[in-house]
Amino acid sequence: MHDHRGGGGHGAEHRHEAEHHHETEHHHGGEVSQTQLLTAALESLLVEKGLLSSDTIDQLVERYEKDIGPMIGARVVARAWTDPAYKQRLLSDSASALAELGIHMDNLVVVENTPAVHNAVVCTLCSCYPWAVLGLPPTWYKEPAYRSRMVIEPRAVLREFGLELDGTVEVRVWDSSAEQRYLVLPERPAGTEGMTEAELATLVSRDSMIGVARVAAPARAR
Amino acid sequence: MNGVHDMGGMHGFGPVRREEGSSPFHAPWEGRVFAMMTALTRGRHTFNLDEMRRAVESIPPAQYLASVYYALRLAALRILLVEKGVVTASEIDAMLHKLGREPERVRTPARRDDPALAAAILADIERPPKQPREAIAPRFRPGDRVVARNQHVQGHTRLPRYVRGKAGVIHRVHGVYDFPDTKAHGRGAHPAPVYSVRFAARDLWGDAASPRDSVYIDLWENYLDPA
Repeated sequence: MHDHRGGGGHGAEHRHEAEHHHETEHHHGGEVSQTQLLTAALESLLVEKGLLSSDTIDQLVERYEKDIGPMIGARVVARAWTDPAYKQRLLSDSASALAELGIHMDNLVVVENTPAVHNAVVCTLCSCYPWAVLGLPPTWYKEPAYRSRMVIEPRAVLREFGLELDGTVEVRVWDSSAEQRYLVLPERPAGTEGMTEAELATLVSRDSMIGVARVAAPARAR
Repeated sequence: MNGVHDMGGMHGFGPVRREEGSSPFHAPWEGRVFAMMTALTRGRHTFNLDEMRRAVESIPPAQYLASVYYALRLAALRILLVEKGVVTASEIDAMLHKLGREPERVRTPARRDDPALAAAILADIERPPKQPREAIAPRFRPGDRVVARNQHVQGHTRLPRYVRGKAGVIHRVHGVYDFPDTKAHGRGAHPAPVYSVRFAARDLWGDAASPRDSVYIDLWENYLDPA
């Protein structure tokens, strides 16, 4: 354990073994991986030294597992769909529009999908993502396939997500390389005219706010 | 640095692998790593996010590509805790040795709670990050044509290879932000204007790209020259 790079040859959880580890950790609880060992060692030291506490770590995990997620962004989208003035504020000055809904984030840029323009978001250098409105990113967003391909062949990547775009549509890919974060305002699906804001929010998926999917029409409208 | 993390435009990584399930963590250790990383950057300011990214980028390429996201963050956490003098390498080794013989302690580490500390850190994390709002007049305006510098910085940078030397158009001025190239290495914040710059997909990738498409990327003024 003298590899100062930490994860080192000892600790790295390999990409394709991740699911396997997932199962063994949950269902057997027997063997402990080097990664689990290093995680526990750092946590024990930080807690011992009083820099963090066990409940700090517990509460942060719980907050991002349960409270902070795409349902927050979905509320913003549903408001924008039902209130044109709100939509304009969201597109031109997102910080104050978000604050109206009790969301505190001053570095969000909202980009609007239309029949002519399709926006999608990536972070080629790491994993930048608008946590405050979408929670933590899905694994594919952080992995090499999406990060490498989204800028060079966005239409092929979107097709893999089931989104076939007409050649006449303009595709804008937003590489979040600095402190700004991006949220896609998806198109409101047809057949939702009579729905309330709260009902609309339940339709809005995480992927549609990253820009890799459309919002599906509700079953009764199909 | 010209590392494997700078992967925009690379080939060979195969299809995007989607997965079911809504939890952001695959296993409990991933959540612990996330919480430690987040609490130490945005809560305690033990190190900043640029330093975190720099530490991740320093992981050897083969290991970087073979590791899952939270394993990279864990490795970076170890580097930075030692670098900042929070713990020593031998303290970590001693703890690994001790826990290696107590697998139960690995699954449930010794607890010490501090509700006031937890509340303070959570509040800090959810407060929007303070950015310098210095009155630095931007050199460029929307519509200006610019070229991303063809520079190959050895350390941390947020200027990816795929735009270097390419011409684009200023789309929007974002304001003034700390400069990651220096902040990641403890060489000061050096705030500078940041822009959204639009690059035509064909200027980046050639004729195979759609003439309608473009990539918008956020770049510090220090990365740009007038075209």
